[in-house]
Amino acid sequence: MPMLEITGLHVVFGGLHAINDLDFAVEKGEIVAVIGPNGAGKTTFFNAISGMVKPTEGQIAFEGRSLLGLDPNKITSRGIARTFQNVRLFANMTVLENVMVSQHCRTRQRILDALLQTRRFRTEEEQVRARGKEVLGFFGTRLTGYRFDQPASVLSYANRRRLEIARAMATSPKLILLDEPVAGMNPVESAELTQLIGKLRDEMGYTIVLIEHDMSVVRDISDRVVVLDHGEAIARGTYAEVSANPQVIEAYLGQSADGS
Amino acid sequence: MTAAGDFPASQDAAPAAAPRRRLLEQDWRKLLRASAILAIAQVFIGLSGMPVSFDRRLLIDPILSLGYLSLLWLPLAVSYWVGREQVLEGMTAYARGGRDVLAGAITGAVGNAGLTLLVVGITHFDIRDPLVNWSPQLLGILEFEESVWLGALIWPAIGAGVGALGGGMHWASSRITRTTVIVLLSVFGTAVLESVITDLSQGFHIEAVSDWLYGPKRGLTYPAAIVVAAAAAAIAGGIAAYRAFLARTASTSGQLGIAASGETSANRVRWRRIPVRRLVGFALSAAAIVVLPLFLGRLTNELLANVGLFILLALGLNIIVGLAGILDLGYVAFFAVGGYSVAVLTSPGSPRFDLEIPWFGALFAAMLLAGLAGLLIGAPVIRMRGDYLAIVTLGFGEIIRVLLLSDWLSGTFNGAQGITNIPGVEVFGLATVRGFEPRSVLYLVLVFCAIAVYVSWRLENSRIGRAWMAIREDESVAEAMGVDTVSAKLMAFVTGAVLGSFSGAILSAKVGSVFPHSFAIIVSIVILVVVIFGGMGSIAGVIAGAAVLIGVLGGPNQPGLLQEFAEYKILIYGALLVWMMLQRSEGLIPSVRRARELHLDEMNQDAWLRAQVAADDAGGGGGGDRSEGEQP
Repeated sequence: MPMLEITGLHVVFGGLHAINDLDFAVEKGEIVAVIGPNGAGKTTFFNAISGMVKPTEGQIAFEGRSLLGLDPNKITSRGIARTFQNVRLFANMTVLENVMVSQHCRTRQRILDALLQTRRFRTEEEQVRARGKEVLGFFGTRLTGYRFDQPASVLSYANRRRLEIARAMATSPKLILLDEPVAGMNPVESAELTQLIGKLRDEMGYTIVLIEHDMSVVRDISDRVVVLDHGEAIARGTYAEVSANPQVIEAYLGQSADGS
Repeated sequence: MTAAGDFPASQDAAPAAAPRRRLLEQDWRKLLRASAILAIAQVFIGLSGMPVSFDRRLLIDPILSLGYLSLLWLPLAVSYWVGREQVLEGMTAYARGGRDVLAGAITGAVGNAGLTLLVVGITHFDIRDPLVNWSPQLLGILEFEESVWLGALIWPAIGAGVGALGGGMHWASSRITRTTVIVLLSVFGTAVLESVITDLSQGFHIEAVSDWLYGPKRGLTYPAAIVVAAAAAAIAGGIAAYRAFLARTASTSGQLGIAASGETSANRVRWRRIPVRRLVGFALSAAAIVVLPLFLGRLTNELLANVGLFILLALGLNIIVGLAGILDLGYVAFFAVGGYSVAVLTSPGSPRFDLEIPWFGALFAAMLLAGLAGLLIGAPVIRMRGDYLAIVTLGFGEIIRVLLLSDWLSGTFNGAQGITNIPGVEVFGLATVRGFEPRSVLYLVLVFCAIAVYVSWRLENSRIGRAWMAIREDESVAEAMGVDTVSAKLMAFVTGAVLGSFSGAILSAKVGSVFPHSFAIIVSIVILVVVIFGGMGSIAGVIAGAAVLIGVLGGPNQPGLLQEFAEYKILIYGALLVWMMLQRSEGLIPSVRRARELHLDEMNQDAWLRAQVAADDAGGGGGGDRSEGEQP
């Protein structure tokens, strides 16, 4: 059984059919890339999975249980985390606080624990802090040391993208949805992050679905590629298969087809 | 700001190379605009009646009354503002000099010509019909009880003088400016705090001091003003010298000290290892707060108790608005729930129930009811955002007051007559807190303020506090990151409601009666202004905001230090709020979160880099993976 199984998904905004009868499945341990031209419905697709947009029709099942009608925070606690295309960090919170707050659904302390400084409060605070540092440590020294106590707003653009991924990791997910993780990065940074995404799967055991416009990233790490256009899946398969598909070339890669 | 103070040399060195401007090389357009604003503002102040009603209060006997001050401070402020120049990278920094004095003088003179027009105008036209605050006394004040000609001519002259002073502040070195400001504020503060200082000196049995300081009409006497000014100047000079000394020792002993302290602050675990200096400071101020009321008289204790009640309210609202970012304009509802719960349950005059349970029992009930009210009000509004939420909470605040006033519930709440005969607080048979003993009320308030501060502090640094911050930053992302926003926002409402109900419960025991009109919408607004003025999300800021606004100006139904301001306090609240939003939107004492963004980062970064370098040196060049390629 696939980890995430979507059947017959429709998302309609007024007259706009953003997602049109989409079937999609991800097996545990896969890295699947979702590509498509601007306005193809990729981010809407992510929003539907993470509960930020209610599907008009269709089924979304995660590990065999339906996600329909759940609030985004419930979906996150089921084990699906996401990042945002237009980086949306908690800008005035520190780097460490950003990854501490996203452990909210994994922690249990109550207000009284905080007021009475119970043992549960103190051990849990230590754990949350330690776990936050561990997650940040995944990105080398870029988000550690003095950076722990820096507000997220002072980070460089690439570091903000990294912190978004760290924040998603801190929710202890099984599936991570990455919305254009390397957008705005230079080639060196993007190559490095591509490697890291591979490590996320190989070492941390996350299953990954990513939206990406950078074809070199898609080529390097994706096991499978799904191409969306006008809310419909027009092609599926490996990168090589998809990039040779004439329909895809027409819809997405354009006439020069220099992506391959 | 501190950098300018710490390194005056660098500032003084700059003008040597800076180009000068000729005396008449002015930004005339800016001067004209400032003068026009000043003129309008001065006429407005005059016609609002402030000079007349403040004239009874002398600040320096007999030359300066609060009334005249109300007409003097604005030319000073505006002419200082005119001279302000922001020098950005790549712009020319001009030398300051006589040109700035002239700019200030022109602004002050032209602006105060507005008062000339006013003097001439009100001698020839009767404008009493639309402007009821105008009175013959205003003309008397503006003319210095002499003649129209004197009045018409002297104000531009005064404006020129005061304006020259304001403009000249840019010419003077920062040390002189700072000293002047400190001296002026000290003299003003000593004069304004007359009742507190008299009260204190009576408490310490040194009435001679206050007798010498203040004349029969409550103003500072001449010699006293001079002595206070001299003392303030001496203290300011001492502080400057001490700072210079610190700067010198810091530069000679190298950066090691700073590096070490920066490092510890970066790695500090919050709830442990509180630095000794802060601990000692905390203990001393706590002791002072506990001991001081013993030496204060009735008036001051009463005043402080009122301030404390508003600190409680503001801390409660701070959780809702400052931490969770929910703009609640109906906070007075929880204040009312606290007050009426205690009134209904403890008073023998309560129309329906004849329970007369002790205050602490009623407090418990008030907490429960307030929590319930928080849930009831919170539940429907929690899914709204922004403006809609603010308007709906505004409505709920009014609904509570209307319910209390209604015929329908008058069997319980007694309608507009309210509930009277509320007994005092029996503290476990040890003492009784009653309204006519303000000191006991103050102690009760202090206990609850301490509880509120503790609650705010602990919650801010906990799971729920982080959730609130995340919601304030970006609600939908917070939800996507697994934060249960509905329950977190409800918790904010409930916690804020309970803290507000404490204040209401104390108020009804203190006053001995509650009436629906005590819980009008203006109370919500004032509490919100206190929070915004003090600094949203900052505990110290909220306390300072309450002390300044409620203590000095007074609350919606409570007199402040400057009882003369009573009629104008809402106007002054509004003006202060507007000024605050324009100049210092983060509040009087901003929360660490906002202040930190400015300075601490660089320090921590340097400290960390130095620590890395030291580690590399010690480890024989390890840590090669430290990529510096894309530091922001």
